[in-house]
Amino acid sequence: MSTLAERILGAAEGAYVDRAVDIAFAHDGTGVLTRETLREMGVEKLACPERVHLIFDHIVPANTSMTANLQKELREYASSAGLAFSDVGGGICHQVMSEGVVLPGQIVVGADSHTCTLGAFGAFATGVGATDMAAIWASGSTWFRVPETIELSLTGHLQGAAEPKDLALAYVGRLGMDGASYRALEFTGEAAADISMAGRLTLCNMAVETGAKTGMFYADTTTVRYLAGCGIAADRQKREEAKYAQSHEFDLGAITPLVAVPHRVDTVREVAEVAGIPLDQVFVGTCTNGRFEDLQRFARIVRGKKVAVRTIVVPASRAVLQAAAQSGALADIVEAGCVVGTPGCGPCLGAHTGVLGEGEVCLSTANRNFKNRMGVGGEIYLSSVATAAASALSGTITEPEVV
Amino acid sequence: MYGEGRAVCLGSDIDTDVIIAGRYLRTKDRSLWAEHVLEDLDPALAGRLAGAVVVAGKNMGCGSSREQAVIALKEAGVVGIVAPSFARIFFRNAINIGLPVIEADLPCTDGALVRFDLNEGWVEVDGARFPARPLSPRMVDILAAGGLVGYWRSHR
Repeated sequence: MSTLAERILGAAEGAYVDRAVDIAFAHDGTGVLTRETLREMGVEKLACPERVHLIFDHIVPANTSMTANLQKELREYASSAGLAFSDVGGGICHQVMSEGVVLPGQIVVGADSHTCTLGAFGAFATGVGATDMAAIWASGSTWFRVPETIELSLTGHLQGAAEPKDLALAYVGRLGMDGASYRALEFTGEAAADISMAGRLTLCNMAVETGAKTGMFYADTTTVRYLAGCGIAADRQKREEAKYAQSHEFDLGAITPLVAVPHRVDTVREVAEVAGIPLDQVFVGTCTNGRFEDLQRFARIVRGKKVAVRTIVVPASRAVLQAAAQSGALADIVEAGCVVGTPGCGPCLGAHTGVLGEGEVCLSTANRNFKNRMGVGGEIYLSSVATAAASALSGTITEPEVV
Repeated sequence: MYGEGRAVCLGSDIDTDVIIAGRYLRTKDRSLWAEHVLEDLDPALAGRLAGAVVVAGKNMGCGSSREQAVIALKEAGVVGIVAPSFARIFFRNAINIGLPVIEADLPCTDGALVRFDLNEGWVEVDGARFPARPLSPRMVDILAAGGLVGYWRSHR
């Protein structure tokens, strides 16, 4: 009689617990401060370096000498401390962790707010800051407040051009930007089983946009099969009846293509309502929608056509890039006139490539459209991959067609 | 733990991008973060934060896990943040960095005298007292140690 979060953390909602963590990762952005804090703490030897991953994804490759020097220092630290290390081009931390690292039932902490993505595997995965991460690297454990859980019960089937991203925007819109503060989201219902791992990662990714600690799917046949593809044997998690703080039902059959309009993630409109808004840039990628399934879908729509606006496509990882290359999707994307970036976060955080100019408008498959995030004076609309593809072809926000 | 300062009022859903933009993160220079804190909301705010208690609306600090957001506010001189609710990573970061955060729903007037006591669980605005949600004993201990680094040093 427990929620998934309660089972994994081993205590009832509201309790404060100390727990060993199974995986603790940081990226080039948060890793610098984590390293600095370890120094301040006087910690030389990490408790469990084999559980620690350092992944360069935020500014890859380095854009300035200052960034290069910070990355150099971190790279050397990863080597001397014996950390699992993924250098520039390996991919976004959450994606790399989803390619056979995170397993059902684990406790996963990442020094990045979108660590909740990995709840897609039935893990308790949550974001922390750099100081917390330093203490976790030093001790191997941390404290958690066991969250109350909000159930998102899924029924029906996605219809037409609607994607899991549209469902993600729909639930963020319904719950609001703080609707799940301090809580976990649990995706249940008969329709949950139909959603692919890529779709689950997209859905869990945006949990933090409602303030949630994590978003979780039970590990089921889909999870077990996906992990088997990574050469890992995993067990399903049997679902128990549980007490939820709230329950929301979503009929997937009623989900239509949506966009979040500037500058709030929870201000969600039908694509039809904002169709025709001229775009300066389309960005397909990120920990929300940069997976192979996403690139395949995008390639299928733009194949044999030309994009009408500058379009930046960034695979979420090297494995995604390789799969896109082998399948021919990459060739379709390049032939359509898109720019392909180094696997990583790309323009999402506005720190290097693809920054917007004053008054420029971008349609992005990312998870955040905060003011000035991708450049001072720019505007960001968030959409699914299919909406981004249709819009790239027309140069204005455009309803996706069924492909 | 007691503190007081003059109120600087902010709205709801103040995100970490607006507290410190991504373009300023590629450095270890804390004074740079303080200089540009809240710049995209109002460039004049940074100069008003010395000795201030920030009184925000709901969901303060939503968005990224970037701890530079808390550091920037603290470096700029903020002595405490009061809000009806905080984004959880920001809340935890603030405690880890040693910046008192208090959950309370207050009316806000810029410049009002705000006093708070974390142990007793109250906040006062120009003498009018409001209840505040108590922190866990460990959170109070971490804050009392000046943050997680100090807490770590005294417990290891």
